[in-house]
Amino acid sequence: MKFYRIWALIERDLRKFFRSPALMMASMVFPLVQLIVLGYAFGGKIKGASMAFVDDDHSVESRKVREMFDGIQAGPQTFHVVDYQSLPRAVDDLRAGFVQGVVQVPQNFSRDFYQRNRPRIAFTEDNTDQVMAGALLERVQQMVSDMNAPSVEPRLDSQVTLNVVEVYPYIEYAKYLLAGSTAMAIFIVAMIGGGITFIDDKSRGLHEGYLLTPIHKTELVLGLIGAGAFKGLLAGMALTIIGGLLVGIPRLWDPVRLFYLTLVVLVASVAMISFMFLAMVRVDDPLVPRAIFGVLNTLLFFPSGAISPIEGFPKWLRALSVIDPFTYTVHALRNLTIKSTGIEGIYKDVIVLSCFAVMMIVGSIALFKRQL
Amino acid sequence: MGANGNAIEVDHLVKKFGDLVAVNDISFTVPHGEIFGLLGPNGAGKTTLIRMMTTLTPPTSGTARIDGHDIRKDPDGVRQVLGVIPQAFTSDPELTARENMLIHAKLYGVPADKREGLIDRLLEQVDLLKFRDALVRTFSGGMRRRLEIARGLVHSPTILFLDEPTTGLDPVSRTNVWEMIRDLRDKSDLTILITTHYMDEADKLCERIAIVDHGKLVALDSPTRLKDSIPGTDVVEAEFDNPPPDWLDSLKTLPDVASVSQREGVVHIGSHNGPATLTAVIDFARSRKIVIRRITVQSTTLDDVFLFYTGRELRDRVSHGVGHDISHLYR
Repeated sequence: MKFYRIWALIERDLRKFFRSPALMMASMVFPLVQLIVLGYAFGGKIKGASMAFVDDDHSVESRKVREMFDGIQAGPQTFHVVDYQSLPRAVDDLRAGFVQGVVQVPQNFSRDFYQRNRPRIAFTEDNTDQVMAGALLERVQQMVSDMNAPSVEPRLDSQVTLNVVEVYPYIEYAKYLLAGSTAMAIFIVAMIGGGITFIDDKSRGLHEGYLLTPIHKTELVLGLIGAGAFKGLLAGMALTIIGGLLVGIPRLWDPVRLFYLTLVVLVASVAMISFMFLAMVRVDDPLVPRAIFGVLNTLLFFPSGAISPIEGFPKWLRALSVIDPFTYTVHALRNLTIKSTGIEGIYKDVIVLSCFAVMMIVGSIALFKRQL
Repeated sequence: MGANGNAIEVDHLVKKFGDLVAVNDISFTVPHGEIFGLLGPNGAGKTTLIRMMTTLTPPTSGTARIDGHDIRKDPDGVRQVLGVIPQAFTSDPELTARENMLIHAKLYGVPADKREGLIDRLLEQVDLLKFRDALVRTFSGGMRRRLEIARGLVHSPTILFLDEPTTGLDPVSRTNVWEMIRDLRDKSDLTILITTHYMDEADKLCERIAIVDHGKLVALDSPTRLKDSIPGTDVVEAEFDNPPPDWLDSLKTLPDVASVSQREGVVHIGSHNGPATLTAVIDFARSRKIVIRRITVQSTTLDDVFLFYTGRELRDRVSHGVGHDISHLYR
């Protein structure tokens, strides 16, 4: 194996890459837009929802409940209260989407309250929107909990309380999403550089020119994967830095962390390019990589835990995430960007990605046809 | 160099794609320093043959030795001595002319200190030096073909294969490529193998020509000897209005006529004396009161040779040919 031949192929791709930044732009625009739009659309606190309030009791106690709702309206602003005269009308408006929740204080609420006979408040939620329903329920439950709190704290309390300690400062969703967006940028380079361009070059006859030279198929495969990996590294690091600045990742310029980020992005690039190369090694039709782009993107990106935790997936989707190189890329990058871990947080991912890349490269070399 | 001083030795090469026999038991040799042509219509098997000889396609059976390197046993050796200019453009349009040359020089392991000088010299040879830093996507077809020829020479091969080098080029570019090929041969001891379906190209460039049709080698000799091998030195072509049924047989009785055939209404008369036969045909037609719509006389061309041996014209027209004993043409 002659390294100068491998380098000649890498040099060819890099000259084209630096001459035309189209690939770099194409690989970064989509993940950046996704990071900004999705990052700030998801994970924000619910504010300004409409909560229907039906007071069927018209008592001093029901008035107190109403005032507590006013307190939420004035404080966290999760919702503002809209008074309704009848429950059916409020539920109709809930179904129609004019309000996002309905609270009813039933007729005998005050009587039950004074008789200590389990007084109840009804909360009707629109469970088609789990995020909204969850946020409103949490707020209402907290308010009910406050209502139940004794006005005078007992001197000795046997009730167990939970103290929550957050290891990291509050993490916005955009920061959480950054790792997935970086993996996406690498994937797009792999898809365009390792898939679309490879097949296009093949169909345009450019590969025939290389097959006529004494280059071995191992050198050809390593050269093409090496070139793709280098482009993936550039795109991945550019997105990590630009995206990190946009979403406000602290201490982004820490050299040790930058080194680890570079390591993870490089290994992930090799893994994804070689995966794409293996998938395309026997394909000749230029339409194929374009046709499967969306399918591969969905199959790799979403099961990786890039946008929501893997632990919430059904079993079959979890199984998919185990063999998905995105999963390890996202995990390692997230550890580095929002958890500020060192090598201890990424070495397993790096090992898995490296093994994955080696398997893909060996498979690619075995399947690559040196002849037409 | 191969045995007996031959640069190329093709030994019973066969290539089958399923039931289709693309190359059917072809054998020939090319001595060192010769410009050799493979002439045949599109689909005759020329490109498949050249792909086997350049190690791009494995043969079904048979073999070939290129400068002594067997295509089956020593493909790397073959690739090292061969310069190949494929039919399709294989230069990268997103790189400059110099960069295309440079990448190939590196792939062939040309020493770094020799690369730049060699590239400039070759680009000058193909008249592209002033375009060395221009992107190939801005080149015309002729410029791109010249660049590919220069690129094919970057590792100083001993044998150059050109697959349809002027297909798709305008007449001026074709002439330029021809001059360049001749110039290459004159200034070096390159052996050049050209495939073409242009008669004039084969006639002007090649010292010997192999005619390939339906995957088989049907004739092989120098252009002059091929032309001499068919009956008559000239061809009279004529079209007549309503000739009688015995008209062709009658024409054969005229003096100096060597052969008479008719295809698509055009009568081809092979003659040992074209002008005399022309006059005789006109007089004979007048005496039989047959109107001549058109009549021409010309020297025998490779087109006539191709027609004679394959029973069809090179422009892919279908006609009903007859078999001929051509064994005397092999050497």
